[in-house]
Amino acid sequence: MAVNRNFRTCPSTGLVYHEPAEALIRWNAVAGVVSLLVGGVLALLVTLTRWPAVRLLPPDWFYLVLTAHGLDMLVFWIIFFEIAVLYFAASTLLKCRLATPKVAWVAFWLMIVGAITNNVAVFKGDSSVMFTSYVPMGAHPLFYLGLILFAVGALVACFVFFGTLVVGKSEKTYNGSIPLVTFGAVTAAIIAVFTIAAGAIILIPTFMWSVGLVSHIDSLMYRTVWWAFGHSSQQINVAAHVSVWYAIAAIVFGAKPMSEKVSRTAFVLYILFLQLASAHHLLADPGLTSNWKIFNTSYAMYLAVLASMVHGLTVPGAIEVAQREKGFNKGLFEWLRKAPWGNPSFSGMFMSLVGFGFLGGISGVMMGTEQLNLIIHNTIYVPGHFHATVVVGTTLAFMALTYFLIPTLFRRELMFPAMAKWQTYVYGLGMMGFSVFMMGAGTLGVPRRHWDMAFSGAVLPHEFPGTAYLMMGLMAVSGILATVGGAMFLINTVGSVFLGKKIQTPGFARVSVKDGMAPAPTPEFAAPAVPAVHGSIGIGGFVAPGTFVLAMVFLTSFILYYFVNWKYLSTVWPLK
Amino acid sequence: MSAIQSPPQRVWWKQPLDRVEGTWIVIAFVWCMVMFFMMPYWHVYGKQNLSNEAYRSTPEAFLAKAQAMVDKHTVRTVTEQNIPVVHPVPGADVYLVARLWQWWPVLELEEGQTYRLHIMSTDWLHGFSLQPENINIQVHPGYEHVVTMTPTKEGTYSIICNEYCGINHHTMASKLYVVKPKKQ
Repeated sequence: MAVNRNFRTCPSTGLVYHEPAEALIRWNAVAGVVSLLVGGVLALLVTLTRWPAVRLLPPDWFYLVLTAHGLDMLVFWIIFFEIAVLYFAASTLLKCRLATPKVAWVAFWLMIVGAITNNVAVFKGDSSVMFTSYVPMGAHPLFYLGLILFAVGALVACFVFFGTLVVGKSEKTYNGSIPLVTFGAVTAAIIAVFTIAAGAIILIPTFMWSVGLVSHIDSLMYRTVWWAFGHSSQQINVAAHVSVWYAIAAIVFGAKPMSEKVSRTAFVLYILFLQLASAHHLLADPGLTSNWKIFNTSYAMYLAVLASMVHGLTVPGAIEVAQREKGFNKGLFEWLRKAPWGNPSFSGMFMSLVGFGFLGGISGVMMGTEQLNLIIHNTIYVPGHFHATVVVGTTLAFMALTYFLIPTLFRRELMFPAMAKWQTYVYGLGMMGFSVFMMGAGTLGVPRRHWDMAFSGAVLPHEFPGTAYLMMGLMAVSGILATVGGAMFLINTVGSVFLGKKIQTPGFARVSVKDGMAPAPTPEFAAPAVPAVHGSIGIGGFVAPGTFVLAMVFLTSFILYYFVNWKYLSTVWPLK
Repeated sequence: MSAIQSPPQRVWWKQPLDRVEGTWIVIAFVWCMVMFFMMPYWHVYGKQNLSNEAYRSTPEAFLAKAQAMVDKHTVRTVTEQNIPVVHPVPGADVYLVARLWQWWPVLELEEGQTYRLHIMSTDWLHGFSLQPENINIQVHPGYEHVVTMTPTKEGTYSIICNEYCGINHHTMASKLYVVKPKKQ
């Protein structure tokens, strides 16, 4: 039984990989990327159909493809990759063995079977119910069964992650507290557990309803519980990609968090408040009182928003401090100008941070405000918002991390390094444009999940203004640009992983450890007992003045946009 | 130590804040408090708030009420399908049925008058979206939602469905006419 105790040290980064964990990280990442490939092809079809001048697919195919796109991207791509991140954050960063690799493989296969089952149900054509699958619109039982199997697998994987933390603790593979990135991953996993619990509460009865064992599911009850699952599942992504930001800041710059206390407390705020903030999906629904809506969205959401605003400062702040300590200490922005903009890990991460904050964050707060929601609910503004958060935020951060993982985890050189340099920009800018133009069209009332904004065949059609058509056209062009960026990523990563030049490993060390033992923690380079006082860097007593200025720019845009929307709301028909 | 290594201090919450972080947290918190108070503020002083008034109902009961209104207040019909256009008395209860894939009937309201609009779906979820005002409300089966609404400007408006409701979702559109009040 001693076979499973093998570790190797990555020669270039010094990271220690437990080999069974390494295999699991790889396979989960690969499954994620395959889902991204499927979802990406579907994304192109959706974009080309929503482009009014092209309208590629007929309606039945459009709704089918849109359903599959949502599930493959939001669920399968992201969660497979997140499981890889969890195993990496626990086993590699704590330098310990992965708890129960066999169980982790069971989890992996459950997720694979679930993902395939769900996709089969959708592609059969009788389950075009969208990602949200609102009852009483029904899907084939396999649709729900696939999701349930996948969720069970993901839940098991979370427990393998927690078990690994216990292993690391008891085998003393690290000193003191867990690293910040692992702490963020713990946040993501805790949110995942109660999210999946909420998913079970709603998906299991819905499955029984689909096979005829339950006669009626109340639509409002469904939406209420479903969103406890649906929104929280996106908060797993937020916690995960914020951890990835910190990880990349550490990997690329050797940046250390300005204050562990601040960054970790911000993660704790996510755990405490995000779940309740899911109530903001029900702001336009009947049967719930304003008190309930305001109570749940206001205090819970704003404390979660506060957490994101803190991370939005501390991640670039940590980079700025690291850069200034390296000597880029001139003026406000030398640290940023001299950043490695040609390194896709950095450029991807930085665009993810900016896009998530400016586009996703601000628009999210807008939609989560009870009254402002009235002028946005279910318009294409909503996908505009979540493409900024989930795609620019999470997917781009994961892409950035992948560029780091290919040499260290897959031990392959990038096949097309020049293409990688451009990829994050093409994808990031394409996606940002895509989100912004969707938001613009949504402000003009264009509905989401809608085959034809010209209402062909309708008895009393509505005519949208020309600007709305222009917005949708620009959206499609940006979407195509983003698809090109996505294809560049897939070609490069798939090519590198399977055909890339193997990295010669003279320093490659395989350490066999006795059963039940872990390697002694390698002495980390001597840390000062007291955190360094950054006396010599910064301006006016601020170690990160550039970041602070950027944060104030962010805040100003936020305040302006927020009140512009209130102004707009005040011009619509009085309602009560 | 960096974020991928254990913090230098065993007890991480004893590490002090940086000045830039402390300042930003205070500013961000104040802004969150402003947003926190905007919603209750608008409830008291703002004019656009969604109603809390909703009743459980059944398709039969709701259709019966809508039919009664149509029988009483139809002024004309539109399109080849003869969809009734209803001109109810200002201040009255107005019923709008959402169903696959139609809004029924067509409403004609008077500018500056207030109506109690009852909206319900008789089948699946639909989305009430009034264009170009861009007022958007979720419509559930079984929940009769009463929204008190005051059209402010005469003109022809559209009601479109913006909650996906199946293959002909894109044909679920209707009109709403706002006219000048009739001389008494």
